[in-house]
Amino acid sequence: MPLNKQFNKDVCSSRRLFLKSTLSSTAITLAVSSGLLFPMQAFASWNEVAFTAKNLQTAIKSVLGSDLSQASNKISIKTPDVVENGAIVPVTVSSTLKEVSTITLFSEQNNAPLVAQFELDKDCNAYISTRIKMSQTSNVIAIITASGKNYSTRKKVKVTIGGCGD
Amino acid sequence: MTRSSIKIRAQINNGITTVKALISHPMETGLRIDRKTGQPIPAKFISNVTCVSNKKVLLNSQWGVAVAKNPYVSFKYSGGSIGDIIKLFWLDNTNQSDSIEAKVK
Repeated sequence: MPLNKQFNKDVCSSRRLFLKSTLSSTAITLAVSSGLLFPMQAFASWNEVAFTAKNLQTAIKSVLGSDLSQASNKISIKTPDVVENGAIVPVTVSSTLKEVSTITLFSEQNNAPLVAQFELDKDCNAYISTRIKMSQTSNVIAIITASGKNYSTRKKVKVTIGGCGD
Repeated sequence: MTRSSIKIRAQINNGITTVKALISHPMETGLRIDRKTGQPIPAKFISNVTCVSNKKVLLNSQWGVAVAKNPYVSFKYSGGSIGDIIKLFWLDNTNQSDSIEAKVK
């Protein structure tokens, strides 16, 4: 699709410069603790491959390094069962898992399934609430990395009108 | 810029601080077509959001185009205290950015 190509091109050209100055998370902490007012360097790089992947498995693999995850009933996804407008779908993910380091959200049938990845400090509760776009009825998948292992759960959301502009 | 694009509130309750932030941003996917010109509307979306308090990165997130327009994000942490300064930064794919500071209440 020419539109997708255009989109990728836009994303890639503006990202490339930024990716050059990628720093590790240790460097992030250093940059912040050294008192920088606006820690531009503190931003993690943007995982272009994962965010533009059209396939769920590819997206999961490129963002988490592995597409293996264990289904877990310790994660809860709170969303409406039916949404009229896919442009605004409230999603709340919480978990009773310990040592949660990241929460990653996917919308299975979206053009690019990866929605967002949240890296949490060890002081943070395993909790994230946000609003996402869904192109059509599909599963919302949350993968939580806890103690180095991936745990996942999914919830089906019925979408009446898609929210990705197509 | 007179008004920040971010509204943030951090409230402490029973030792747990809840941070809620609302960012005013179009979050264009790049897939929409401008009906007047027939041209695609270029992608413009927030790619990174970071929240810092007490020189510690609490939340470091990467977003794609599928985060809804005018994004909302909320998270919780323990170990905060009233009067702590909490800072939130965002950066979008066009290298535009904004930040805000607030006190934990």
